Amino acid sequence: MEYLLHILILICIYVILSLSLNLLVGYTGILSIAHAAFYGVGAYVAALMALRLETPFLLNIILAVSAAGVFGAVVGIPSLRLKDDYFVIATFAFQIIMFSVLNNLVEFTGGPLGLPGIPQPNIFGYEISTHIEFLILSLLLTGLVYWVSNRIVKSPFGRLLKSIREDEVFVKAVGRDISGAKVKVFIISASLASLAGVIYATYITYIDPTSFTVMESIFIISIVIIGGAANLKGSILGAAFLVALPELLRFIGLPNSIAANVRQILYGALLVIMMMWRPQGFLGEYAFGKSSEDRRQKLEDRSKRGNDA
Amino acid sequence: MLEVSNLNKNFDGVTALKNFSFEMKEKEILGMIGPNGAGKTTFFNALSGFIKPESGKVKFLGKDITSFSSHKIVSSGISRTFQDLRLIRQIPVIDNILLSFNHSDGENFYNILFKQKSWQETEELDKHKALKLLEYAGIKDKAFDLANDLSYGQQKLLSITCCLAADAKLLLLDEPIAGINPEMREKILRIISELPSKGKSAIIIEHDMDFIERISDRVIFMDMGEKISEGTPDEVRNDPKVIEAYLE
Repeated sequence: MEYLLHILILICIYVILSLSLNLLVGYTGILSIAHAAFYGVGAYVAALMALRLETPFLLNIILAVSAAGVFGAVVGIPSLRLKDDYFVIATFAFQIIMFSVLNNLVEFTGGPLGLPGIPQPNIFGYEISTHIEFLILSLLLTGLVYWVSNRIVKSPFGRLLKSIREDEVFVKAVGRDISGAKVKVFIISASLASLAGVIYATYITYIDPTSFTVMESIFIISIVIIGGAANLKGSILGAAFLVALPELLRFIGLPNSIAANVRQILYGALLVIMMMWRPQGFLGEYAFGKSSEDRRQKLEDRSKRGNDA
Repeated sequence: MLEVSNLNKNFDGVTALKNFSFEMKEKEILGMIGPNGAGKTTFFNALSGFIKPESGKVKFLGKDITSFSSHKIVSSGISRTFQDLRLIRQIPVIDNILLSFNHSDGENFYNILFKQKSWQETEELDKHKALKLLEYAGIKDKAFDLANDLSYGQQKLLSITCCLAADAKLLLLDEPIAGINPEMREKILRIISELPSKGKSAIIIEHDMDFIERISDRVIFMDMGEKISEGTPDEVRNDPKVIEAYLE
């Protein structure tokens, strides 16, 4: 039973991460591989505050979200001026820097040894320690993130984001501030991701830098793409599927020595297969990987051919 | 109203604009003609903030807008269309118009989370306004179809309607009637010719001389990035320099 609850809590963490990344990758069409870094910011801020200053859990949440937001602004404002691949490289750089900082700032972050003994959350005197209590906390925060994301994508701001994804030039020509909107959504995405970090740190009670590497970022991107870019329910489905998959594989009785490798092969194969046959993912509305310019051209050609001699 | 002085722009040694200057009054329709590669679209790009000219100055309604970014230029009152038609095709027609209104009630993060009712009310009013504009353009019945399902001509019409929605004082229309049928052409002609009565002006790039003559108060002929001739359609057409440029 505890095992099942553990898996559900992990799924919640990845739902938060993929929902927040979907705002960026799916809705706005900008690919960031720094998402694990913001996840890490959340985890480390919550852990350090609780360990060093013994601040209350709810305050730590606010501090983690704000810190990730500030980092989001610091990274986003200069790097969102870059286009496509160059932006990806800029976020990659931030991801690497963040890992190095966590790994080398030993007095502060514990370096590779990490931070053990993180206190469990205490909300107005109520200690959260059992699996079921953690699951409830995770579900509440996941619900909050879903609610925020849903409001955003259904608002005129969501329409603006989708339009930027489809044709930046047109959006510019009708007078919208593209960089402003991108920076905004980048900060929101980073802030929401930090919530996953807070849950992770207080649930596992131990963090070290290896949980927040570029591999983790890529895993979150896989969830978004396989679940379906620009579809919030897709992110939930994708997270549940990709987190539960290796657990299910445990039961088919592979020897431990090769199970890990088989898992990696399966992930890779799955991503390739999805890209080839269903680039929009399980539930997505937007085929990731084709540039907006390609899709624009294709639609324009089709509409030219289609009608009006 | 618009004062362009000595704009210069080169692309890798190719002159796209060379000391390009002219003035424009309010409620004027200005035709811009010239062979391909004459620098007409480059001029639009420079005027709308998509490229930066190397030197020169643009003054609009008394303000120096030369170094403005494109969204600031639109909010000062200049909006444009593109030769290679641009719209957001995956969203409904009406959403393209809504996107072009420059309000931000429902784009404010606080409003999105906590004042949904308030932005939805504004949105309703905007939808009403958008439908009126679409009715004026004659594509109201398509309002809730995807923009991609419009015919090519209707899409061109929509892109001009988006300029109207952006509430521009000056519209820059890049080949508004190229490649569309005569009926649609008349519709677009009517919309452009009614601009002055709404207090708006337009600069129109077009190769169709007949269309330009019917619609323009004044014509500028460009070649190799330079203004070769300027005047009424008749004057420009009979200018020996223009005839020479076309014969070459």
